[in-house]
Amino acid sequence: MTNTLQGYPRADGRKGIRNVLVVAYLVECAHHVAREIAAPFRERSVHLIGFPGCYPNAYALAMMEKLCTHPNVGGVLLVSLGCEGFNKRQLGQTVEVSGRPVLTMGIQATGGTQKTIAAGREWVAATLPALAAQPPVPMGIDELTVGTICGGSDATSGLTANPAMGVAFDLLVKGGAKTIFEETGELIGMEHLMAARAASPALGAALKDSVAKAARYYATLGYASFAPGNADGGLTTIEEKSLGAYAKSGQSTIDGIIKPGIEPPRKGLYLLDVVPDGDVRFGFPNINDNAEIAELIACGSHVILFSTGRGSVVGSAIAPVIKVCANPETWKRMEDDMDVDAGRILEGRSTLPEVGREIFDLVQRVGSGAPTKSEALGHQEFILTYKSFEPLGPACLPA
Amino acid sequence: MKLAPQDNVAVALRPLSAGEVVMLGGTPLRVARDIAVGHKLAAQSIAAGEKILKYNCPIGSASAPIAPGDYVHTHNVASDYLPTYTLPQ
Repeated sequence: MTNTLQGYPRADGRKGIRNVLVVAYLVECAHHVAREIAAPFRERSVHLIGFPGCYPNAYALAMMEKLCTHPNVGGVLLVSLGCEGFNKRQLGQTVEVSGRPVLTMGIQATGGTQKTIAAGREWVAATLPALAAQPPVPMGIDELTVGTICGGSDATSGLTANPAMGVAFDLLVKGGAKTIFEETGELIGMEHLMAARAASPALGAALKDSVAKAARYYATLGYASFAPGNADGGLTTIEEKSLGAYAKSGQSTIDGIIKPGIEPPRKGLYLLDVVPDGDVRFGFPNINDNAEIAELIACGSHVILFSTGRGSVVGSAIAPVIKVCANPETWKRMEDDMDVDAGRILEGRSTLPEVGREIFDLVQRVGSGAPTKSEALGHQEFILTYKSFEPLGPACLPA
Repeated sequence: MKLAPQDNVAVALRPLSAGEVVMLGGTPLRVARDIAVGHKLAAQSIAAGEKILKYNCPIGSASAPIAPGDYVHTHNVASDYLPTYTLPQ
């Protein structure tokens, strides 16, 4: 495999395609201080993430550990109020063991808002030059993990952008990459098709179970993962939306099921099961697209392929987001926010394989440092909420 | 266009106007009302309760009888899994 990307090597052997310094608040009470620390450095790859809750949660701790040691991250500043339930000691140790520079600051211990902002900015300013000076090394497609999501979907998403991203996914899998698709709640109705593509019959049964779990979960909450804009865009039912969403996964064999924070063990195609286990607690599985993007990143995704028909503008902290626009009318209105014009397929100006190849090529350019539209516009959305998961079942990752 | 030969609905690749006649697989179809890009119209007569097929996959069931050329959407199709949420007009 030729090395077509540029990466930053990490102590664990992985490489990142960015060298971000993360400022993380560990409770909402520390959000403002963390945001103020990061604000002067927003053009210098300093990204803000955090967890708002005061009550401890194993999922949120695992997510923060994975995000703060993500290959795209080169250093971490943790901002605590001081009395919250988050296990800042464990998170700080995890980052330290990973070989990254890390500092944990307590606002109460440091002397309040102004003193903590000043001390935090001082640490960031002292830490950034070493990150900026780190030279990238050659990196292969087979060292890359790519996640995919659709948001603001309409009926064109399933005709153009999603199948084109599926073509790109097939090319990435052929190149040895790890690829992740998701939202079991947006695969309702597709369970039999997915099971037929599973690497083993037991995995096929587990795929069906994961979708059944999602259907049960959403039925309890009263709504499907279906927004009014989806209907305005011509989608009638969750099954129809699912059909379009499912096309993102391409044609490859499905090699396993993972959960948030678990990385694919080998190259191939994996379904990320984002719907919590057990009784329905803590509300909707993912309250918006960025909640899913954060989970894809916590599973190791270096870059996110995001298809949109209605026109989403979001990016993300930590990993660049490539926006594939499905609808030619949306492209005309919002070209400044979009990286790929897949609506050309609808107009007969391009073919699915051509746009799929264009996405694949763009992934390699973004993996060599080229900014995406949302990155250049400063989008760094991030959200993390409460969930609970049980360990993966034995059939989820066949040998 | 139809996305699979077995489909009983077709998808508008351009905005369609009420009264317009479009050719679908060599058969003329009169469009019952204006239809936006990506939205669906019935390619044939569909009975209440019948599965709606797109890409030869069921996307729900007809909640009312649908005539050829009729607009097919939330007013005459229901999910077989979870109800569709829309904002009041």
